[in-house]
Amino acid sequence: MTDQTFPSAKPDVVVIGAGWAGSIMAKELTEAGLNVTMLERGHDHSTAVEGTYPGSIDELRGAIRKRLFQKLARTSLTIRNRPDQTALPYRQLAAFLPGEGVGGAGLHWSGCHFRVTEDDLRLRSATIERYGHKFIPKDMHLQDYGISYKELEPFFDKAEKVFGTSGEASSVQGTKTGRGNIFAPDRSDHFPLPPMADTFSASVFRQAASDAGFHPYSMPAANASQPYTNPYGCQMGPCNFCGYCSGYACYLYSKASPNVNILPALRQDKRFKLITQAQVLEIMLDDTRKKATGVRYIDLKTESERVIEADLVILSAFQLHNVHLMLTSGIGQPYDPVSQTGTIGRNFTYQTITSSRVWLPENRFTNQFVGAGGGGVAIDDFNHSGLDRGKAGFIGGSPVWVNQAGLKPIAAAQNSGGKDAPRWGSAYKAAMIDQYKHSFAIDAHGSNMAYRDVYLDLDPTWRNAYGQPMLRMTFTWKDNDIRMNQYVVKHIGDIAQAMGATKTSLNSLHPGQLFDSRIYQTTHLNGGVILGNNPKTSALNRYLQSWDVSNLFVIGSSAFPQGMGYNPTGLVAALAYWSAYHIRQTYLRNPGPMVHA
Amino acid sequence: MSLFLRSTSTKRTFFLHPLLMVGLGLLGIMAAALPAQTAQADDAPLPAGLIEEGHYQAILGDCAACHTQPGRPAYSGGMPFKLPIGTIYSTNISPDPVHGIGRYTEAEFARAVQLGIRKDGSALYPAMPYPSYARLSKADIHALYVYFQRGVTPQPVDPPANGIIWPLSMRWPLHIWRWLFSPSIQSAQHRTNNQFSDPVLARGAYLVEGPGHCGACHSPRSIALNEKAQTAKDGPLFLSGGGVVEQWVVPSIRQENRTGLGRWSEQDIVDFLRTGRARTGASFGGMTPVIVHSAHAFKDDDLHAIARYLMLLAPARKETPWVYDPSTADMLRRADMSQPGAQTYMDRCAACHRTDGAGYGTVFPPLAGNPVVMTDDATSLIHIVLAGDNTHALHTSPSAFTMPGFANTLSDKEVADVVSFIRKSWGNNSKGVKEGAVRRIRHSMPQPATPEQLPKN
Repeated sequence: MTDQTFPSAKPDVVVIGAGWAGSIMAKELTEAGLNVTMLERGHDHSTAVEGTYPGSIDELRGAIRKRLFQKLARTSLTIRNRPDQTALPYRQLAAFLPGEGVGGAGLHWSGCHFRVTEDDLRLRSATIERYGHKFIPKDMHLQDYGISYKELEPFFDKAEKVFGTSGEASSVQGTKTGRGNIFAPDRSDHFPLPPMADTFSASVFRQAASDAGFHPYSMPAANASQPYTNPYGCQMGPCNFCGYCSGYACYLYSKASPNVNILPALRQDKRFKLITQAQVLEIMLDDTRKKATGVRYIDLKTESERVIEADLVILSAFQLHNVHLMLTSGIGQPYDPVSQTGTIGRNFTYQTITSSRVWLPENRFTNQFVGAGGGGVAIDDFNHSGLDRGKAGFIGGSPVWVNQAGLKPIAAAQNSGGKDAPRWGSAYKAAMIDQYKHSFAIDAHGSNMAYRDVYLDLDPTWRNAYGQPMLRMTFTWKDNDIRMNQYVVKHIGDIAQAMGATKTSLNSLHPGQLFDSRIYQTTHLNGGVILGNNPKTSALNRYLQSWDVSNLFVIGSSAFPQGMGYNPTGLVAALAYWSAYHIRQTYLRNPGPMVHA
Repeated sequence: MSLFLRSTSTKRTFFLHPLLMVGLGLLGIMAAALPAQTAQADDAPLPAGLIEEGHYQAILGDCAACHTQPGRPAYSGGMPFKLPIGTIYSTNISPDPVHGIGRYTEAEFARAVQLGIRKDGSALYPAMPYPSYARLSKADIHALYVYFQRGVTPQPVDPPANGIIWPLSMRWPLHIWRWLFSPSIQSAQHRTNNQFSDPVLARGAYLVEGPGHCGACHSPRSIALNEKAQTAKDGPLFLSGGGVVEQWVVPSIRQENRTGLGRWSEQDIVDFLRTGRARTGASFGGMTPVIVHSAHAFKDDDLHAIARYLMLLAPARKETPWVYDPSTADMLRRADMSQPGAQTYMDRCAACHRTDGAGYGTVFPPLAGNPVVMTDDATSLIHIVLAGDNTHALHTSPSAFTMPGFANTLSDKEVADVVSFIRKSWGNNSKGVKEGAVRRIRHSMPQPATPEQLPKN
């Protein structure tokens, strides 16, 4: 039964999802004087509860029993590798870990806070310019964002200041600093905080990478290297490298999250209202199907269905849920891989990651219990725009880094010894101790491109707890991923040699390897409701406004036309601020399509 | 129960000591009933801004702290004060004619606020800080009156009936207390207003001694529970530290080097009052509600006036100046955990407060040199280690930081050791605490906050 009377006052805006994207949009739109109601399917989360010391740094409860992640018992998705297979439900979280509750995945993320390479935003044009049309494999849906780096730069800058990001600029307003990532595009300002200190492993990598002819830099981390107060007045404490970032709420208020960096200010604003345990089922449309009237949701506290009306709808849930809600709401045309028509579910992409490991002599201790999720040292030599990909034969790129995020005891025991090490007995123990004390990981983090037969749609068989068809993922690795990964991992071997590793275990994707949802990959899922300049190949215009329903904006990595080598949160935040800016400057003055198809 | 309730309710406990009530009763002097008057309806247009000015006066006087109970309408009273002799409730001061003060004339209102006498002539409990409010200027009283008559919504509700039984429920002995300890309006105003020729200092004196009623907590009280000093002129006892209130020690806010504000700058004091946090320390315990309800909304000029005035209050006692001693930090960095409490400090405290005890700016307060760490009585430090506490989210500082409580993870001995360690380290050089003190405080602490009551960031 639908209760039409709640809530009594109709807000101007309803925001679906209380993660980074939703919190940024809610903040921006309340600043514009609008009344904003934000709906979140999970519970409220706070440092005082989920991050309380020492209960927060409990690996069993955190990473193993998945305290802050999506509860799959109610909603999940189905997965298959190819369109000719039958998809089955994702019943245990493994490959990717969407969040649930206030803060979303922004509460349990690591804090790697990158921008984007200039070419990533215009990858199709850049590839054709340099290598010609033929370089693009058949059935690869390579596209441009329709936004330039220069246009987005102020919003990257704003996001870094809100997140309290620690890092080292290379080029600020045309002036080279002699530090930082020499391949990074110019910036309007420095990072708000100095870079995180190098762990021992990062310092070893920095030296070795440099010796091997590469260009190491401190990873930009939304882990505060010093106490910080952001432009909203929200404060962060400095990181102490406790190693409990990814999968945990930070007990030191050091890792940026919507909960720590935006919501404290929003909660002070009377125009803002947060409704938790509100599972949105549908964005409602009027009879023309061109205008959203509000959303229908289940109040999980009372198990009753409710409707909330609003003039503007912001869909800012996790990437998968954005796509799902577009499909269940019947907005736009679902993508069909056979006819290659429709846009919703099109250009679903992911990311590759392979972890190689190096061992140092026994007198060198890597102290793997310390770490910071966003910190470390990276090289962009295989990710930057200038790299000649012609010979290597791949599109996209892959940063390589030592991002020592704190190896917890259970994970250390599970993953110890490398590929060929014994799995039990005294030899296993010896290998585990050796690995924990003297080794560290070097990761290759590659971009994943979009393809005709990789997409998201509604599953014909499986339904969620609310009776809706589940989302279906059709995904596997492609030759481009494997070629790129192998090219990059080979060079990791060079770096390992330069540092005098006593043993090296190089891990790379192998030809024909299929995506395996049982093994943790990353939670960097992209696309499905992508932006672009052409409504036939994108669901959103360059302002992240739906081509079909002009009072609907869909914010998140679901808007990325294809994957990138970097972690996505920085680009998600910049796109949110970009969209909000244009909503405030243009849309609110004259509601309607901001780009005419 | 919120911190606010805890602290304000118990702030009053020592005003209403049963001994006092009985003792005064024995004196047996009856107060004359005063003739009843009625408020005059006043529909005349008000000078622009007068209601806002009155609202600001209500903030300066922190009226809502006691007269607005969370969950009840604004100024409708009903806040419980649990006393050994029973529970009393704050009154409805909204302009409702029956349940509130709608029928008070301005003169009656002034008499209640400044002299503690109700419209019916009976005496108010001195939980109402009328000896301080006696200093309020006529103009400020007028603005307050206009605000409470015309700027506040009438609330036709009664607070719960007081639960004090006869003979302790008799109010007439309170007149005697008032007669003995509360100044007349003229003398109060004279004492406060004629101390400083500098207008900023004069304003500071007015705010601290008058509406701010800082001495209600921060000044010591005599056996009859009157404040031993009420103005700067009254000598070094004024604001030199009050008693222990609900297991929080009320520190001196005079210029003692170690245990007062001797090393705080004007800006530190301003930051502390406006945001509950300064580089020199963060608010906790009973001071937090004062900041949450009133001080954070003081005008900038007023905050600076208060700070400058406080900085003129000479130390009540001589103290060897605190000097940072690096040996503790050196020892911890060498991983020398031989001192009792050192290991617990490293495991439980150092992440935020650092091995050098310096904390991190306004996020995590310092322990090295922090006056509340060095007070003679270590109750506050024991209390906060056991129960934890948090700063509050304000417009001026939206982040509310939570210190977890360690009551469930540390034994009495571990708490005693770590508190002693903190009190002795980094040049703090204060005496240690015994296990028994921890045990006593553990058993008399209020219930910890529930997750719903904790900050959301």
